[in-house]
Amino acid sequence: MHEMALAEGVLQIVEDTVQGQSCTKVTKVWLEIGELSHVEPAAIKFCFEAVVNGTIAEGAALQIDRAPGKAWCHNCGKEVHVASLIAACPLCDGFKLQVTGGEDMRVKEMEVD
Amino acid sequence: MCTTCGCGDANVKVEGEHGHHHHHHSHSHDHDADHHHLHTHENGDLDFGQGIGGTHAPGLSQKRIVQIERDILSKNDHLAWHNRDDLARDGVLALNLVSSPGSGKTTLLARTAKDIAGRKSVSVIEGDQQTSLDADRIRETGARAVQVNTGKGCHLDADMVARAIKQLAPEKNSVLFIENVGNLVCPAAFDLGEAAKVVILSVTEGEDKPLKYPDMFRASKLMILNKSDLLPYVPFDVDKCIENARRVNPDIEVLQLSALSGEGLDEWYNWIETTGTTLQPAEAG
Repeated sequence: MHEMALAEGVLQIVEDTVQGQSCTKVTKVWLEIGELSHVEPAAIKFCFEAVVNGTIAEGAALQIDRAPGKAWCHNCGKEVHVASLIAACPLCDGFKLQVTGGEDMRVKEMEVD
Repeated sequence: MCTTCGCGDANVKVEGEHGHHHHHHSHSHDHDADHHHLHTHENGDLDFGQGIGGTHAPGLSQKRIVQIERDILSKNDHLAWHNRDDLARDGVLALNLVSSPGSGKTTLLARTAKDIAGRKSVSVIEGDQQTSLDADRIRETGARAVQVNTGKGCHLDADMVARAIKQLAPEKNSVLFIENVGNLVCPAAFDLGEAAKVVILSVTEGEDKPLKYPDMFRASKLMILNKSDLLPYVPFDVDKCIENARRVNPDIEVLQLSALSGEGLDEWYNWIETTGTTLQPAEAG
């Protein structure tokens, strides 16, 4: 259940960021979760709701934006969209792919009150 | 509560560690260019013009957007960076062994520790949810080992490994094996500061494992096919397995061996030797 550890990581970043800020509540948090990253958005959302209880971010909405998975296809010589690490190139059906994007898991911004 | 592993401090036990553990996550030191820094656009001043509507109306809430742009794993990665730095300085080759439970990690490690004892000093960090059974098995070979119990945790993280390294104090120019919790999912996400991840797959498992758990095979530099002595008795297609692994990780290296019969172990020891010299800087004096 590494999603719980990641949700804790999100909360820690939020708490670090509000330190010294003039706000009483975090109302919304935006994440970017790449399509090829190590986590399912639904799972991190579930865990986030659990870990923020009793914190400054209790009840905060979590907005997750997906960054598309991208890979360089050595056969086609161009960047293509791949939805998973086991997907074939959508153009040539080959597997000579080098992942170039969509692996990040980032806290982008938050809304405070 | 540990923020990188997500479990309470009370649940993580590092053998030999005394007293309460405090996390020191915000120390100052020289940074390399790769570090993530907070760049909030706030300085603590009250600016009522920064509300979402750009105006202020009495009685209405003042919502503001704070930019963060920080990797969720930045704290773990920061600690891993320190581990890697410390290990490299001492010329210690750290290998993070990952697999599902029962692939034969501990048997391979015990055998390896015994066989290469004359050539290299070996120490082992054993990760399991409970018990020190694995560390006991390693210690029987004469190698030094420390057990980390993760409690309910499903993976080792960089902080646990930092604490374990402190307990173990690996010798200079030695090999440090980190046996992760048996789990083909979660440990893929957590950098521990190792030189390389080594994924172990036994031939009693399916050759489709690399496709079912691609993150782990993608994160690994080497795949070991263990229990090769059982190949005559199981319907395991070695070529298909390698094809599947290279589909998710075209660069993955592959070794086939049996920790029990000893077949293929010399190649494994050579791999450790070669990797030690290519991944590590010049030997520490």
